[in-house]
Amino acid sequence: MIMNIEMISRDELAQLQLERLQSALFRAYRNVSFYRKQFDASGFVPEDMQALDELVNLSFTSRADICAGYPYDMLAVPLREVVRLQNSTWTAGSPAVCAYTQNDMRHWVELVSRYLAAAGVNRDDVVQIFFSGSGLNSSLGFHSGAEKIGAAVIPISVEGANDQLAVMQDFKTTVVCGTASDALQLAEVVSKRGMDRRRLSLRVGIFGREPWSEENRKFIEESLGIVALDHYSVSEFGGPGIAGECDCKCGLHIAEDHFIAEVIDPQTGKVLPDGTEGELVLTTLTREALPLIRYRTRDITTLTRDVCSCGRTFARMNRVKNRNDGLVIAQGKRFYPQQIAAILTNVQGAKPLFQIVIERINGVERVEIIAELTSELSADSPGKIMTIENRMSEQIRENAGIEVHIRLVEKQTIIRILVDEDVVCDKR
Amino acid sequence: MLKLSSVTTSYGSTVALRGVSLHVNPGEIVALVGANGAGKTTILNTISGITPASKGTVTFENREIRRWGADRIVRLGLCQVPEGRQLFSDMSVKDNLLLGALSLGMKRRKYQKDDLDKIYGMFPILNERGSQRAGTLSGGEQQMLAIGRALMGRPRLLLLDEPSMGLAPRVMQEIFSCIRSFRDTGLTVLLVEQNARMALRIADRGYVLETGSIIMDGTAEELMENKEVQRAYLGKGYREVWE
Repeated sequence: MIMNIEMISRDELAQLQLERLQSALFRAYRNVSFYRKQFDASGFVPEDMQALDELVNLSFTSRADICAGYPYDMLAVPLREVVRLQNSTWTAGSPAVCAYTQNDMRHWVELVSRYLAAAGVNRDDVVQIFFSGSGLNSSLGFHSGAEKIGAAVIPISVEGANDQLAVMQDFKTTVVCGTASDALQLAEVVSKRGMDRRRLSLRVGIFGREPWSEENRKFIEESLGIVALDHYSVSEFGGPGIAGECDCKCGLHIAEDHFIAEVIDPQTGKVLPDGTEGELVLTTLTREALPLIRYRTRDITTLTRDVCSCGRTFARMNRVKNRNDGLVIAQGKRFYPQQIAAILTNVQGAKPLFQIVIERINGVERVEIIAELTSELSADSPGKIMTIENRMSEQIRENAGIEVHIRLVEKQTIIRILVDEDVVCDKR
Repeated sequence: MLKLSSVTTSYGSTVALRGVSLHVNPGEIVALVGANGAGKTTILNTISGITPASKGTVTFENREIRRWGADRIVRLGLCQVPEGRQLFSDMSVKDNLLLGALSLGMKRRKYQKDDLDKIYGMFPILNERGSQRAGTLSGGEQQMLAIGRALMGRPRLLLLDEPSMGLAPRVMQEIFSCIRSFRDTGLTVLLVEQNARMALRIADRGYVLETGSIIMDGTAEELMENKEVQRAYLGKGYREVWE
């Protein structure tokens, strides 16, 4: 079902966004010292915001700004008004917090349920939600959203495709929500096992949290016999509910009544016209606890504002293929190459040349780190090398939460291995 | 239906509204809450052309009316019930009502009688006291008369300024349930109230105004849920679950 608000005319939407932007800026200026300083530095007062196109004059907010305010400095309300504090991406170096008031929760659940409905979920569905890795926040969002629709929700924490499939069969699950790699793993198991698809009742799959391709989609849809749809989440915004695909599969509808989306040139910071690829920048319009003004998501996408054939008038963003800050998402976890570098340096005592290779083998994501030896050790002391490799993979598991295979190679090997200078080689 | 975009209104050098934007959709009851002096009445007066805005746009049914005179605006179907009633206290109740139909011009002959009957149906007490001087009515009755007078102008958007002012709780209930019933007749209402609880109880949506700026908007339910609104406007009677 399409809600009226999703078919609002662009004129009415502009009025709504202006109203909400003005009050959001007012609250941010009054209650968040970071924004007060930022606005004061540029001589801006909230009442100067007379039209939506003046938003471009404001400075950006970066992840570093949020991290610098960790844990409570970015809050626009006293802590007693906060009902949830969602920590995000501890694994990606410095943590960030997404705080919610009662109203923020209400909006969040509303948005996720609206998006689930756009994906075709209804009260007769049985929804199985499994986000392996650090997907707790996404799970929470989907649980509440699906419950609001009135669907039967199966929260599940079992790891492994076989167990998931068993639950799917027993409970006659019709909708699955999870990460794209979880879905690929399921598809892999089903297609390899030659399992009769009729034993599954699946109809819709909603996947995201990490980049996946159209080929991936095709494979998942064919193996599981479902419609597979993408959703977009930003961990600093608490996870899902920002944008998602309807069954037209022609871009993800952004909830423009709650967010203003811009696409900028990552180098110059200039706003780019619709249809041009650039970095997505989001401004929250209704967030009470954690207003974010022009937040740089680092995700590369394009925007279009044509009316979708489903009738929704909200702008659509293309599926995000990559990021421009080097953040790597694998095995449902997020990490930066710099984190890996720090660990490798720590174990060996000096910074080695290294490369991160990510592959998807039988639906399972394999992360291999090829690093050069920095000391005088050579390949003929395998015992010592294995000890170092084990220490490295152990520390990476503890620090970033990912399972890696370390392969230490002799000095000056990597330059010859590398085709380009990119540290991350993503073969997915 | 009604749209204000970045409206600034000043009294001389004193700026009363600083870039206010809001909208009212047909058939809605929208509440405007805020403390004394926040600019609530100024918003209504700006809409009805009494204190015109110096900047921004005021659009009513796609017509830009910011520079229109009050007399012209009222003929569009925008009728205001002013704060403190502002009745002609030496005139009879019926004459006060008939004055409200003046803005209809020649058309008033056509509607006057039916409209009077309708208002008497809504507020029977006004019929009983038809010939009495308006100044002799009680506070609640005066408020009914003020609303009735505005309705005589056949408004499409009714601007209500502090209808609860100075009324006993029981009378207030009566007035508010009557305002709520306007929704069923398709009349759109923009309601200014200091009594936020009463206003939000009957409204669909609301805006919170503070020193000339809107600091929040949302459905009535959302605003009631907001702790800042609760603290500032819902008063001491408000209790938390754990209190």
